[in-house]
Amino acid sequence: MTESLILRTATRLLLSLMLLFSIFILLRGHNEPGGGFIGGLIAASAFALHSIAFGPAAARQLMVIDPKALAAAGVLCAVAAGLPAALFGDAFMRAQWLHWGEGEATFHVGTPLLFDIGVFLVVIGAVLTIVLALEEEDV
Amino acid sequence: MSWFLIAPILVPMTTAALAVLLWNQRPAQRAVSACGAGLHLITTILLMVQVWRGGILAGQMGDWPAPFGITLVADHLSAVMVLITGVMGFGVCLYSLSDMNENRENNGFHPLYHVLLTGVTGAFITGDLFNLYVWFEVMLIASFALLALGSEKEQLDGAIKYAAINLVSTVMFLIAIGTLYGLTGTLNMADLALRLPHVEQRGLVTTIAVLFMIAFGIKSAVFPLFFWLPASYHTPAVAVSAIFAGLLTKVGVYALVRTFTLIFTSDVAYTHGALLVVAGLTMVTGVLGAAAQNEIRRILSFHIISQIGYMIMGLALYTPLGLIGAVFYLVHHIIVKTNLFLVAGIIRRLTGSMELKRIGGLYKASPLLVVLFLIPALSLSGIPPLSGFWAKLVLIRASLEIGSYAIAATAVLVGALTLFSMTKIWGEAFWKPHPEGPARTLGIGDLTATERALLIGPIMVFAALTIAIGLWAQPFLDLATRASGELLERTPYIDAVMGVRP
Repeated sequence: MTESLILRTATRLLLSLMLLFSIFILLRGHNEPGGGFIGGLIAASAFALHSIAFGPAAARQLMVIDPKALAAAGVLCAVAAGLPAALFGDAFMRAQWLHWGEGEATFHVGTPLLFDIGVFLVVIGAVLTIVLALEEEDV
Repeated sequence: MSWFLIAPILVPMTTAALAVLLWNQRPAQRAVSACGAGLHLITTILLMVQVWRGGILAGQMGDWPAPFGITLVADHLSAVMVLITGVMGFGVCLYSLSDMNENRENNGFHPLYHVLLTGVTGAFITGDLFNLYVWFEVMLIASFALLALGSEKEQLDGAIKYAAINLVSTVMFLIAIGTLYGLTGTLNMADLALRLPHVEQRGLVTTIAVLFMIAFGIKSAVFPLFFWLPASYHTPAVAVSAIFAGLLTKVGVYALVRTFTLIFTSDVAYTHGALLVVAGLTMVTGVLGAAAQNEIRRILSFHIISQIGYMIMGLALYTPLGLIGAVFYLVHHIIVKTNLFLVAGIIRRLTGSMELKRIGGLYKASPLLVVLFLIPALSLSGIPPLSGFWAKLVLIRASLEIGSYAIAATAVLVGALTLFSMTKIWGEAFWKPHPEGPARTLGIGDLTATERALLIGPIMVFAALTIAIGLWAQPFLDLATRASGELLERTPYIDAVMGVRP
C-alpha cells in the first residue's frame, strides 16, 4: 500500500471506468476480440489497483464477495452453460440461443454468454485470490 | 450418448466449486464432499455399464466433429479406469473425513481433492493429446497443493522435489506435443493414428515417441526417473498419499499404454524393446529400494515403483496376453496399494508412528487389522488365490509365450522379494511387542464408532474387492481381454471417434 495522493485520486476515477470497460469487453467478445478471459483480467486489475492504493482490506470490502467464492461461482456458471443442451438432446456445451425482434434489430442471447460470464468470474476470482494473498503477506 | 462421458468429469468439478463456496462451513463442506464422491461413483458405474453393453463410446463436446472439437472416448480400458477412480475416490473420501485434521480441512482439502478427481477422470476419458495435457495439469496443480497442505517441514521438502521433477516432465510433454502437431497437424489421438503412418520422417516420429516415453515415464515413476516418488509420498496426510499411491502414477501408465498402442506402433522393436528393459529395471530397483527402508509408507512407496514395472512389462510385451496382464494389473494394483496406505494410517493411529522400530504389538491388540493388512499385502506379492496372483500369472505366461525368459524370471524374483518386504512390516509392526510396553498399542475397539465406520469400512470393502477379483477372476479377465482386444485392434477406437458426425 502506498500513501500517494495522486494514485488514490486517480484510482477513484479509474476504478469505475475499468470495471465498465471490462463489462464492455466481456459483452463484445462473442464475435469480436474480447470475451470473458480478457474482461476478467481488466476487472481484476481494477481491484488490484484499488488494493495497491488503499490496501487489500479496503479492496476486499469493496468486492463484498470473497474472490475464492467468486471463482467457484464462475465454475458453476460455466458448467451450467453446458447443461441446457441436454433439454434439446444435443451434446454437452452445444450452444443454445434465444432470439428477440426481427431483421436488423434481432437480439441474440445464448449459453456462450453464460459461459463467458463464468470465465469472467473465474479469472477475477483466481487473479485476486493470488494478488490479495501476496499483498497481505507484505503488511 | 455423450452425457455418460461428461458426467464423471462434471460431478467432481461441480463438487469442488460447491466446496469452495462453503469454505468456512466445515460440516456442510464435508457433507457436500462425501455426497459428491458418491455421485461421482454412480456416474462412473453408469459409464462402465454403457461401455460393457454397447462397446466403445465416443462423444464430441458442443457437437464439433472430430478432429476439430473436444473429443471424449471411453473404451473398456478407459471405462474401467474411470470406474476404479470412482470407487477409490469415494472410499478414500470417507476415510479422509476421519483422517483429516481441522487445519487441513480449513485450508481447502475437500475442494482440492475433487479437483484432483476431476483431473484424473478427465485424463482417462479424453481422446485428444492436448486435452490429456490439460487434465494432467489440473491433476498436478491439485496434487502440489494437497502434498503441501499442512505445511510441515518434511512435506514442503517433498513437495518441492515433486513439483520440480513434474514440471520437467510437463515441459517434455509439451515439446513432444508441439513437435507432433508440427509434423501431422492434429492432436486428436484417433486422427493421429490414421495420419502418423503417412509421415515421411520416420526418425522424427521415433524421437517424439521417446519424448513421450520420458514425459509419461516421469509421471509413472519408472526407472531411472522415479526419485521424486519415494521423496514425497510418505509426507502428506494418509488419505492424500493413499489416493496418490492409487491413482496418480497410474494415470502416467495409462497414458503410456494409450499412446504406445494407438499412436506409436511404427517402430515396436525399438520403443517397446526399450520399455521392456525399463520395466525389468523398474521392478528390481523398486523392490530393492523397499528392502532398505524402515518406514511403512516409504516401503510402500518403493513398492509402487516395482509394481509399475509389471504394468510396463505387460505393455512392452505387446501381445494380447501381455496387455490383458497390464490392464488386470492396473486395476488390481490400484485397489491393493490404496488399501495398504489406508492400513498404514490405521497402524499409525493405533501405535503412534510409522517407523518400524518404534511400533509393534498389533497382532495381539487388533486381530481384525491383521486380516485387513494380510489381504492386500499377500495380494501385492502375488499369493494365490488373491488378485495379485492372477495378475502376475497372466504377465509371466505372456512373457514365456514369446520366449522372454529373462523378464519372466525377474517378475517371479521380484514377487518373492515383495513378500520379504511385507514380512518385514509383519514382523516389526504386528509380531514384536511395542518397544514402549504393550499398553502403548491400541486396539480397533478403542476407536469411536464413527471412526471405525469411516476408517475401517473402506478398508474392508477394498479387501473384499481384492478377494472377489481373486476368487471370481473370470469376469475381470473378460473385461481385461476386451480392453486388450480394443487396444491392439485400433480400428474400432478410430472408427468410434472419427465416424461420429453430427
